[in-house]
Amino acid sequence: MNRHLISAGDLSQDDALLILDTAEELASTAERPMKKLPTLRGRTVVNLFYEDSTRTRISFEAAAKRLSADVINFSAKGSSVAKGESLKDTALTLEAMGADAVVIRHSASGAPHRLAGWVQGSVVNAGDGAHEHPTQALLDAFTMRRRLGRLDGLRVTIVGDVLHSRVARSNVLLLSTLGADVTLVAPPTLLPVAVGTWPCSVAYDLDAALPKADVVMMLRVQQERMNAAYFPSVREYSRRYGLDVARMGLLPDHSIVMHPGPMNRGVEIAAEVADSARSTIVEQVANGVSVRMAVLYLLLGGASETGGQR
Amino acid sequence: MHAADRTDASTDAPTRAPTNAPTRAPQRDAPPRDPPQRAAAQQSPAQRDAARRAESETRAVLEPDEIRRALTRVAHEILERTNGGDDVVLLGIPTRGVPLARRLAERLEQVEGRPLPAGSLDVTMYRDDLRLRPARALGHTEVPAEGIDDKIVVLVDDVLYSGRTVRAALDALGDLGRPRAVQLAVLVDRGHRELPIRADYVGKNLPTSQRETVRVLLTEVDGQDAVLLGATADAAGAAGTPGTPDAAGAAGREGS
Amino acid sequence: MTGTWLITGARPLGGEPADVLIRDGVIAEIGPGLAATATGADAGADAGEGAGAGAQRLDGGGLILLPGLVDLHTHLREPGREDAETVATGTAAAALGGYTAVHAMANTDPVADTAGVVEQIWRLGRQAGRCDVQPVGAVTVGLGGSRLAELGAMADSAAGVRLFSDDGRCVHDAVLMRRALEYVRAFGGVIAQHAQEPRLTDGAQVNEGEMSARLGLTGWPAVAEEAIVARDCLLAAHVGSALHVCHVSTAGSVEIIRWAKSKGWQVTAEVTPHHLLLTEEHAAGYDPVFKVNPPLRTAEDVAALRAGLADGTIDCVATDHAPHPLEDKETEWQAAAFGMTGLETALRVVHQAMVETGLLDWAGVADRMSSRPAAIGRLSGHGRLAVGEPANLVLYDPAPREAVDPAAHASKSRNTPFAGMVLPGRVIATFLRGRPTVLDEKLAW
Repeated sequence: MNRHLISAGDLSQDDALLILDTAEELASTAERPMKKLPTLRGRTVVNLFYEDSTRTRISFEAAAKRLSADVINFSAKGSSVAKGESLKDTALTLEAMGADAVVIRHSASGAPHRLAGWVQGSVVNAGDGAHEHPTQALLDAFTMRRRLGRLDGLRVTIVGDVLHSRVARSNVLLLSTLGADVTLVAPPTLLPVAVGTWPCSVAYDLDAALPKADVVMMLRVQQERMNAAYFPSVREYSRRYGLDVARMGLLPDHSIVMHPGPMNRGVEIAAEVADSARSTIVEQVANGVSVRMAVLYLLLGGASETGGQR
Repeated sequence: MHAADRTDASTDAPTRAPTNAPTRAPQRDAPPRDPPQRAAAQQSPAQRDAARRAESETRAVLEPDEIRRALTRVAHEILERTNGGDDVVLLGIPTRGVPLARRLAERLEQVEGRPLPAGSLDVTMYRDDLRLRPARALGHTEVPAEGIDDKIVVLVDDVLYSGRTVRAALDALGDLGRPRAVQLAVLVDRGHRELPIRADYVGKNLPTSQRETVRVLLTEVDGQDAVLLGATADAAGAAGTPGTPDAAGAAGREGS
Repeated sequence: MTGTWLITGARPLGGEPADVLIRDGVIAEIGPGLAATATGADAGADAGEGAGAGAQRLDGGGLILLPGLVDLHTHLREPGREDAETVATGTAAAALGGYTAVHAMANTDPVADTAGVVEQIWRLGRQAGRCDVQPVGAVTVGLGGSRLAELGAMADSAAGVRLFSDDGRCVHDAVLMRRALEYVRAFGGVIAQHAQEPRLTDGAQVNEGEMSARLGLTGWPAVAEEAIVARDCLLAAHVGSALHVCHVSTAGSVEIIRWAKSKGWQVTAEVTPHHLLLTEEHAAGYDPVFKVNPPLRTAEDVAALRAGLADGTIDCVATDHAPHPLEDKETEWQAAAFGMTGLETALRVVHQAMVETGLLDWAGVADRMSSRPAAIGRLSGHGRLAVGEPANLVLYDPAPREAVDPAAHASKSRNTPFAGMVLPGRVIATFLRGRPTVLDEKLAW
């Protein structure tokens, strides 16, 4: 993994804490008039986004630029990829361009794994299919630690479409590595059959789980899932698994509400909850830049693992 | 930042990169928390002999009392040259520059009867030798509320050597604001500058050979106060290039 | 509202005679000689102190005492087909059959696929007051087989639905069946499948075999049931959920269910009284009173079903009471509706098919017709004959043998295949939470 960040499960507890501590230091640069650090000057970071995601791409771009790296944005639309160029050929092109790091978001689970075999630089997974989204998990953990002061023993409840969620997978792995206590709440149709093998608990009753949650993380639910019979209707989903104001009242006083975005206001989360003081949704975005700066710095800021200067 | 995490983030400590290895590689010049047997266990017999010889040749060149007096003198010098310490901000360079800055601030406060702002300035991101080692953990930067604009910033570090750390600190300062003046206070100046950098305040001038190591211990970090002069294991006869400021840095012991 | 009752000399579960004291809707005491503790051997309202003081008496001599029967599969037809049956008439029929709880299937009009409709049916049952009506929720919207109904909303409603079924239709889409099984795990629900592969039974009328060939009617092959049963058992195992198989009708299905249970999977099954007694031979006269879905099958199937019920592979008897107005049965076979009434004859048929053949004793009957169905339907308060339990019970006289007379039935419909058939037994009295709904073989009000 050392060269790449593809799965949250590749990070040891030390690795993860190093990233969080580094992000903590880098967060303060965002408050200065001069937001740039010279550390990655001369390095090239390529954003290879096969899936639309303005938010994540901008976050990585800001992170790289604040470290003085050069950023090249490669979006799948209107490019050689749209004309049918394979991932491998795209990778070879990037190699030829001398990319030090490739940040990739792709709809196919495992695309970063494959890419890592074709490029010399570092591969950062910005979300692959339903598999993982490690920097999201890192920024979530960072946010929790900032707001609540710790991660060890923290009770985190993740609610929603776990089956299709790369955010859920990465969070379960990372949070358990960091010693937190994770509970998944969802209708059984939206949990993988083998969820019992994951390092977390499972519950179906949201109302019973909320009083014991220090953190509630709501996952976006796609309405299209209704057509594949994962749940009968948006109305029923919202009634049983939506975080409305009444349910927010069941939370302990100190608890925070998180959402990786984008939100379906009124479906999995009520507008009042999203805008409440408990909500960390806005600061999650800012924290995303600090965490991604830390990741890029730790991957590119020193000697490469393969030895010698790069 | 969380205090418990901090000691590992020192630039003086062995570097940490996001690896899966359970521990850091033991460094021969690391502060002797544990006896060197642990490092010794991973070395060849020849290396072990060299390490033992290096260990036995280490001697203290400053005792705790001498350190105390030197700091007191430096504090008074600061007051003299800055007309009473008005507009002075002390910024210690992690790791050991930070407690030194705090001690100076205490002494200045005792004399002048008013508190003197003191903080820390981590320079890791501005170093010119980042690419020589895996990415290292960051130290903590804390600029006092008064800021540094139009202030006299006194950088504080334990050892001045090649001058590259101070050069990085000047770049870091430049991105934080515009001080009226920047001065440098060090506990030990061991010579061998590679850049046109000099200290304004020196606790002790200590001419050294590049084959020697200088190690500062402070109670706040190491449990005792001392300045130790020793031979590098290289110089004591094992394989490897003789110590230069940069290579010595690569081996684990940082100089300014 | 409920008085105190003392039933004397009945045989609980067919065992030794005992007296039963019912007080405040609950079985207060069971044991021999309770009557003697009341002063004065002659019963009378002016009897003094003692357990039987002030109690109304019922002479249970010679009668079998069973816990009130529970039906997992009844069609009450309301809302929508009140010409065939209503909740009021259907529950009256149920009480006369010795039932204290029935599960009302969802193929009404409108279909019971929302909280609103199931609550309506539940309320109608409470109003009629003769038998507990537990609505069954549809699995798919409109029984259309393509979209999950709001199962959670129905479970959370006042009706507290736990049993879900598209009965009448099969949930044939494998993905939908899988999701339904998974989804109900969240609240301990169970999916009850009407196992019938639709493509294999297009236009089917009778069992596919010797009769269909002879009569020239499209056959309904056993494999169309067995394939779905097997698939659903495997699905239930894969997702760790509970499956109930409705009206098992073939020997092959019994074997598959036996195998599934041997694996420890959560599979339960029911059989109708008519499938325990009648075979496809009855179709020979083309009288649609014998037309039912799944169809009457062979003697081998009947034997396997009886053996399965006896050894517990089939957990219970469920009537699949399916009332139809005359015009839907007085037609040529092909045009007739599928279904038979069954509430008022069930116990008698089981008596003949299982008790008189020595396959089941009365304790077994209580288990298959009361305890297990109550457990499968997640119904508390039914299925147990013990002190402290609600007094839901039935008194049955095993001695008489009479022909079945549909004209005397309380059900609005007359489509019983047992018309004119001599069957043993008579239900004498039924108590719902200590209040008699049937006394002296007649509705108590």
